[in-house]
Amino acid sequence: MTNNGIGKKLLAGPYLVWMVGFIIIPLFLILYYGLTDKSGVFTLDNVTAIATPEHSKALILALLLSFISTVVCLLLAYPLAMILRNRNVGQGSFIVFIFILPMWMNFLLRTLAWQTLLEKNGVVNTILSLLHLPTQSLINTPGAIVLGMVYNFLPFMVLPIYNVLCKIDDNVVNAARDLGADFFQTLTRIWIPLSVPGIISGITMVFVPALTTFVISSLLGGSKILLIGNVIEQEFTHGSNWHLGSGLSLVLMVFILLSMAILAKYDKNGEGSAF
Amino acid sequence: MKKIMKENSNKIKQKIAGQKILTVALTLALASASLMTGCGGSAGRGSSGTAAAASSVSETNSTETGGSNELYVYNWGEYIDEDVITQFEDETGITVVYDMFETNEEMYPIIEAGAVIYDVVCPSDYMIQKMIENDLLAELNFDNIPNFDQIDPEYVEMSQAFDPDNKYSVPYCWGTVGILYNTSRLEELGVPAPTKWADLWDERLSGEILMQDSVRDAFMVALKKNGHSMNTDNEEELEQAKQDLIDQKPLVQAYVIDQVRDKMIGGEAAVGVIYSGEMLYIQEEVESLGLDYSLEYVIPEEGTNLWVDSWVIPANAQNKENAEKWIDFLCRPEIALANFEYITYPTPNKGAFDLLDEEMQNNKAVFPDKDSLTNSEVYSYLGDETDAVYNALWKEVKSN
Repeated sequence: MTNNGIGKKLLAGPYLVWMVGFIIIPLFLILYYGLTDKSGVFTLDNVTAIATPEHSKALILALLLSFISTVVCLLLAYPLAMILRNRNVGQGSFIVFIFILPMWMNFLLRTLAWQTLLEKNGVVNTILSLLHLPTQSLINTPGAIVLGMVYNFLPFMVLPIYNVLCKIDDNVVNAARDLGADFFQTLTRIWIPLSVPGIISGITMVFVPALTTFVISSLLGGSKILLIGNVIEQEFTHGSNWHLGSGLSLVLMVFILLSMAILAKYDKNGEGSAF
Repeated sequence: MKKIMKENSNKIKQKIAGQKILTVALTLALASASLMTGCGGSAGRGSSGTAAAASSVSETNSTETGGSNELYVYNWGEYIDEDVITQFEDETGITVVYDMFETNEEMYPIIEAGAVIYDVVCPSDYMIQKMIENDLLAELNFDNIPNFDQIDPEYVEMSQAFDPDNKYSVPYCWGTVGILYNTSRLEELGVPAPTKWADLWDERLSGEILMQDSVRDAFMVALKKNGHSMNTDNEEELEQAKQDLIDQKPLVQAYVIDQVRDKMIGGEAAVGVIYSGEMLYIQEEVESLGLDYSLEYVIPEEGTNLWVDSWVIPANAQNKENAEKWIDFLCRPEIALANFEYITYPTPNKGAFDLLDEEMQNNKAVFPDKDSLTNSEVYSYLGDETDAVYNALWKEVKSN
């Protein structure tokens, strides 16, 4: 018995090392850098620096763009998840598989591909001019960044919603229909309330990476549009100011923790009421 | 009824199981993607790691005997002909461990912290000055570098801007920053070919300008336009430069670094600020693609940034003599020539220059006339405080 216990603990060892080494210690390092200045003295300046116009502007813009992309993702993903759910097992999984197939290709490459599509002499504009339509300036705009976010993060919205929709018993829906509910009523009274955990987790999975991204905004925004992720990245790579970078990361972490807290709250409630 | 329910729930379970696998797959994809970007962004060690593995190190099978037979090299990416490394190893029996960095700023903390102890590094001018000022470099023993006399004295003199007594560095590559322009695109727009930085503020070029996405290069353009030194710490001059860059921003298509080259070749923009070293590649590419426009390079008359990348030996190097052998080897004319042909950045090596054919020697985009460089300067290290001022101003430009 005791042997078994020790064996189990030993088996858990690598995970412990992993968590401490790659999650806990780095988090504390960020905390340490964020709350000290270059000489190692405690300061809150790095955190309050978010209030300067450049930083708060970047934060607000990041919040705005990631909010828009989350809403767009939700509007696209929910109907898709419903369609997928109503397919039979093989078909549905296959469509989901097709849907996430591009995810196996590197995220940077896919974003670079969008650059080629949206460029002034890119694929979209070439097609437009072949059809004798006026060419559009698509790249290096906030719209291009939102497009990049939606494209990259949509599967993260579809999957959790699809997941909870699958768990809804057909009988519940049929009962609602039997009792005279029309499609709209079933949607608002049955589908949506029962899929709240999926919606919330989808929102978090899209909103958090969209809020913190710096790659999409620099590739599709031509580095003209500065999001908070870009500010932090620049502080680390070009500014050599790890303290400010960490301080701003802490501020960003507040928003992330906030959305995690909302997730935890709704997911628990949701599971309680699902069955 | 119960049976139906059970079947139904089995079906659901099946669905969920299938789903789980997909979710795991998805999570893995996400994790690998974020790891990739994370590495590239934070310390850039990802690429160097693979680069080290990919270099010829593994072939030589060294048994790590006390370090005397090894050499840790830290260089820019794509900044050497890899055959040269093999040749050096074959000739000297020294095992080269070759790592790469992408920016000076990324290299500096690694050398400073001694995270990896490198024997020989190739930073740029201002960064060398910073390293000298912070006692991170060892003086070179030029007795071990006899081929140093192959370096054109002109570049040795140029190096005094950052290495006043020429004690620490041996020039490897140099170049200028200038404006690349698309002749036919400018004709369409009815704009004359640019001759000075101020031409980048021409409103007719709206959406046609590619600027460099780095603090010093962007401010250099604005400061030089206004006739100031690009090494200024004068607040008024910097404030004015900042305002000019903000005014220019609506005209700028994008702030990019390496992409200037490909975007210009693809005809995306009419003008772009670019490093001269890219010119040979661009000229070849324009020719081989049979493009119906030509791309020309001009050094603006207000003067520009002259840059030098030089080999230095960190103070904590373990294999200093091997490092000096390495530097000496790279100063050999035929080796410098091989590297020039690979990198295509102008070489300060006189011996290698003499080996070039006449057409190349007269290629003004690569080896500009000395007269066109009279107002040009080399970046110097401005100190952490002034650096912070530049960074803060740049952030204002970018967030505006």
